[in-house]
Amino acid sequence: MLWCPDWPVAAARAETGLPRDAPLALISQGTVFASSASARADGVRRGLTLREAQYRCGTLVALPHDPRLDERAFEPVLARLEEVAPGVATIRPGTGAVRARGPARYYGGEEPAGQSMRDAVLDLGVADARVGIADGPFAAEQAARSAQRAEVRAVPPGHSSGFLAGMPVALVVDARLTMLLRRLGVHTLGDLAALPAAQVAQRFGPAGLAAQAQARGVDPAPLPARVPPPQRDLLLRFEPPLDRIDQVAFAARAPADSFVDGLAGAHLVCTTLRVEVGLDSGRMLGRSWRHPRWFDAADVVDRVRWQLQGSGAGDPGLDSAVCWLRILPEEVDGAGNHEPGLWGSGPDERIHHALSRVQSLLGHEGVVTAVVGGGRLLAERQVFVPWGDAPAGPRAGPAGAAAAPWPGSLAGPLPATVFRERRPVGLLTQDGSQVDVDERGLLPADPVQFSPSGQKDDLRSVAAWAGPWPVHEGWWRPGGGRRVDRVQIVDADGAAWLLHFDDRRWWAEAHYD
Amino acid sequence: MQATRLGGLLPTLPALAGLFPGGGLRHGCVYTVPNSTALVMALLAAPSRDGAWCGVVGLPDFGIEAAAGLGIALDRLVQVPRPGDRWLAVTAALVDALPVVAVRPPAPARSADAARLAARLRQRGGVLLVAGPWTACEAELTIAARHCEGLGPGHGSLSGMSVTVVAAAGHGGGMTRKASVVLAGGGPHPSNDAAGLPHLPAGRSGAAWDEAGFLREGTG
Repeated sequence: MLWCPDWPVAAARAETGLPRDAPLALISQGTVFASSASARADGVRRGLTLREAQYRCGTLVALPHDPRLDERAFEPVLARLEEVAPGVATIRPGTGAVRARGPARYYGGEEPAGQSMRDAVLDLGVADARVGIADGPFAAEQAARSAQRAEVRAVPPGHSSGFLAGMPVALVVDARLTMLLRRLGVHTLGDLAALPAAQVAQRFGPAGLAAQAQARGVDPAPLPARVPPPQRDLLLRFEPPLDRIDQVAFAARAPADSFVDGLAGAHLVCTTLRVEVGLDSGRMLGRSWRHPRWFDAADVVDRVRWQLQGSGAGDPGLDSAVCWLRILPEEVDGAGNHEPGLWGSGPDERIHHALSRVQSLLGHEGVVTAVVGGGRLLAERQVFVPWGDAPAGPRAGPAGAAAAPWPGSLAGPLPATVFRERRPVGLLTQDGSQVDVDERGLLPADPVQFSPSGQKDDLRSVAAWAGPWPVHEGWWRPGGGRRVDRVQIVDADGAAWLLHFDDRRWWAEAHYD
Repeated sequence: MQATRLGGLLPTLPALAGLFPGGGLRHGCVYTVPNSTALVMALLAAPSRDGAWCGVVGLPDFGIEAAAGLGIALDRLVQVPRPGDRWLAVTAALVDALPVVAVRPPAPARSADAARLAARLRQRGGVLLVAGPWTACEAELTIAARHCEGLGPGHGSLSGMSVTVVAAAGHGGGMTRKASVVLAGGGPHPSNDAAGLPHLPAGRSGAAWDEAGFLREGTG
């Protein structure tokens, strides 16, 4: 049994490039799932709420826990282990098990076999790996967990039950049964192992019997050895590195064909794709792409190009040359679920093709659909999602933040034009000076003239106005927050505007045109 | 003849039906809406409610919340906010697949390009709404007068807008049609119900109203 302590933390750290001693916690469903050693030193434990963990450790970095990242990061470790000893079973990401008999014979003993496995894993740059050897997987895992840093701990054959005897029963049974066993005076695994098996089966059922077998160090279930999955990744190395996007896209075209064909040969289609690009500067750009249907070869090449372009479309040069490119199918689905109907699958397919064509003209972010999000300022309430991506984050979705009450948000009819970037405008008093908002949130002088462009030459008179209504939000955040004062005005043409006063000047937020 | 023309019409909101011969937007035609985003939205609303996909090109400030309030289904509204100088290619691609596309050209199109797009539009049977100038259009819809409700000198808040929409036939001839539309307080809904027109000054808007009623009678 080989155990890498804090594997989710190590994987997240490798992905984000955080320093080794920074306190880090991975959050799953609002509670701490895993934490680094430095965070544990401050009292952060698994199961704490995020708020409590941040209270205990002020400098804590909290990241969402991604089980797929753990598995992906463990994949090279498994591959390396399989080179040392075949038939590795993954207990969970970070823990792998091998039958000891074969490697022990090959390497001349259990301990040398364990050492060579440990060395192989440590060579990959993994911070810590511990090996435990015992009669069963449960005992071996406990041995690995009780081992010191980078130690191989072997329990001699037949001594596993003795090794486990002093450990608490909570390791093998759930919390309810633990409580019951404690009340019955069974505190350690040794106590549990000493009970007659027939009576354990009678009193606690199959679960109790399995727990007792584990406590005795007997192997209840055989280890399912991993069958190495067929490699569907695509890795292209460029020698010399390529520094133009179209070169990379061209080089990726033929392999993308074979990538999609390889999946199709296994009756699979790729619905989520991950593209990783290694740059000459040592940086790695990774991103997952979703697809409303599934990726064909041209789509794959498009995603590679968009990823290299970043947000700015049309720039053929890169700031650093591309050394390698990896394309991974992150989610695949059976091809049978995506067969087009005999007479085509309706107009949606045509629309998708047209939008994909526009995306290949303008870049991924060029075509968007919108959802109403939460917020007080109108521009904040619009969330744009590139075509093909799922709405992300808690802000998106009409059922979420948009439905929440937003005190202070705009009432009445909504403006048809909402400026994504607010525009500077002029709002002047009778004597030609800018209208001010005083500390009480009132206008000391009435607005009389309005200029939609902020210039003096298109001033027009204000027919009606109302306000100001203060919007004061984010004051609880450390960065300060924002205070704007909103005013609605109607100009001489009868058109209404929503303005706000921020940073000692007036801005147009929206226009009722 | 009348029946076949009605078959080739895209629905509009009842309040706007009087602006169009036959009461709807004709397939394969270009309409210009130079001075109002809200009017563009009102024209997109009825097809979108009927399940059509809509495209919006070159309008980065399209207020989606107002659009949703008018009944446009946001999951079937595709936006290309910044097409840049490729707006013509983008519009042509969208016209191929979507039944209604609204576009604001950043620069006037050359008449050859406009003719090519119009031919493509006729072939596909889509409707193009241009928020700007266009060389040859079926009709031009402009807002002639606006009246804002609820806002006084320093008090109140905007509760509604009533506008007079004028439709002029693009090729010079034909009659000019007018309709009064209320963008009401709760959720904006165009309506030509006289009860939905609060506080209209009797003179100008009332006259427009009569005229609109007369015109609808004449064409309906």
